Amino acid sequence: MATQAEHSSTNRRDFLYVATGAVGAVGAAAVVWPLINQLNPDASTLALASIEFDISAIPEGQSVTITWRGLPVFVRHRTAAEIEEAKAVPLAELKDPQTDEERTKEGHEQWLVMIANCTHLGCIPVGESGDFDGWFCPCHGSHYDTAGRIRRGPAPKNLVVPPYEFVSDTLIQIG
Amino acid sequence: MSEHSTYTPGNAVEKWLDDRLPIIRFSKEHLMDFPTPKNLNYWWTFGAILVMCLGVQIVTGIILAMHYTPNVGLAFDSVEHIRRDVNGGRIIQAVHAVGASMFFVALYIHMFRGLFYGSYKAPREIIWILGVLIFILTVATAFMGYILPWGQMSFWGATVISNIFSAIPVVGENIKQLVLGGFAVGNPTLNRFFSLHYLLPFVIAAIVGLHIWALHVPGNNNPIGVEVKESRDTVAFHPYYTMKDLFAMVVFLIPFAWFVFFAPDILGHPDNYIMANSQVTPAHIVPEWYLLPFYTILRAIDFNVLFIDSKLGGVIAMGGALVMLLVVPWLDTSKVRSGTFRPMFKWFYALFVINFIGLTYLGAQPAEGIYTVLAKVCTAYYFIYFLVVLPVLSRIETPKPLPTSISESVLGKAHA
Repeated sequence: MATQAEHSSTNRRDFLYVATGAVGAVGAAAVVWPLINQLNPDASTLALASIEFDISAIPEGQSVTITWRGLPVFVRHRTAAEIEEAKAVPLAELKDPQTDEERTKEGHEQWLVMIANCTHLGCIPVGESGDFDGWFCPCHGSHYDTAGRIRRGPAPKNLVVPPYEFVSDTLIQIG
Repeated sequence: MSEHSTYTPGNAVEKWLDDRLPIIRFSKEHLMDFPTPKNLNYWWTFGAILVMCLGVQIVTGIILAMHYTPNVGLAFDSVEHIRRDVNGGRIIQAVHAVGASMFFVALYIHMFRGLFYGSYKAPREIIWILGVLIFILTVATAFMGYILPWGQMSFWGATVISNIFSAIPVVGENIKQLVLGGFAVGNPTLNRFFSLHYLLPFVIAAIVGLHIWALHVPGNNNPIGVEVKESRDTVAFHPYYTMKDLFAMVVFLIPFAWFVFFAPDILGHPDNYIMANSQVTPAHIVPEWYLLPFYTILRAIDFNVLFIDSKLGGVIAMGGALVMLLVVPWLDTSKVRSGTFRPMFKWFYALFVINFIGLTYLGAQPAEGIYTVLAKVCTAYYFIYFLVVLPVLSRIETPKPLPTSISESVLGKAHA
């Protein structure tokens, strides 16, 4: 009887074959995943996720570069002329349209906080230069304006504004 | 071509070994008696030179790893330690660094030789494809090696190249973090690049083995591109080509030694003698010279194409410039292998070589003014050559008459 069933139909064998293969594949994937996941940022890297910074020492028209999660961050105290210039730009002219208000915190428009890596390939742009009075990336020639928005060159996006908030008027918390 | 074996075991021990592991037979067939076209010119010596280069890099690399420390705080100093304190370290480190450049000199010549003489055409497509894989792996290995001294160019080169991954839509940022092991290039990056830089040369060596295996099935192409027809078209690999290759290696080692002894740093960049600083980008980032052509292609795309933004566009162009090489055997369908007999191909090929040198030059120039225009023109010709020129020429060109055999061409030349 059993012999006959085996001969007449291979369904059971096929099922076992596919099921074994499937379980084996899942098992292999489960083994491979930790071997790949170890490449991801480790706990000590993730632990640096939040910092506080006192901005009171930065005079108008100057900026500092600080480090957050291993990344350089620009904190710029903008002049009134720079803010004016940024606000005067029509959105239609922008590659990555964002208003100046969207890039600053209400009541703190003079402060511009941005990750200092060019959104093209990560170089640090040079401040107060380029054709739009903002930043110029010497690596591949991207020009940013006084709000850190991309205006010309290969970079696809505006300089990234990290998550941050004003703890007080002179203290910001990034991350 | 194992049927050409002339090996008969000389004594009882060889006979015993031959029945169990025919390693002497194999060596005699493939390293000594292998029938090789008798008209190979010096462009054909670069295969052997490349094997030597790989050997030099592996030997010096293993030694350097005994003295090097892959840690962001110590790496820069440990390289200086090798150069100043380790016995003979000054020379060994210089051989490894200069050796990378010489490796690429030989690699490019070897590839351009294949492109001119049609060495990628049937039945040698697999040899060519394996060669392209070796080239891509060598680029990756050299790039990771350049990170290890942890100078400014190391750090910013790594930053720029790893940002290529972030151009991938949706998952790009996650892949970049996976590759770097952090949000920016840092200690985890240095550690894993060191590990991979040690591993990849052995992977390359394995693929070189396959490359030579695939070569030994149809045998060598040759400067007239006419297949071997009879045994008098060939000579034994040893001593004829072992000696020729050896002589070429010695000549190749002269400029190599000159660089090592008199100008070990001239091919590098002075900024790499400043320790890596994540807060300051050098005014002008340039990769090593051998990556410049592809770097130019990467940054030539500074405009959006439909829904593809400029950054992803540049990455696709650079990747495409490499991956396209894999299908060259099917783009050039001309039955005539050697460029010598292709009157139109010759000129487009010459222009391609000049264009490639142009791409190299432009990669080292700032991305502004006339340079960005020229970069676009040169990038365009690079792609046009493969995607338009080669397929079209295959159809419209009338090649010159081919010699009937290698022997005829060699003897004809001698009597002319």
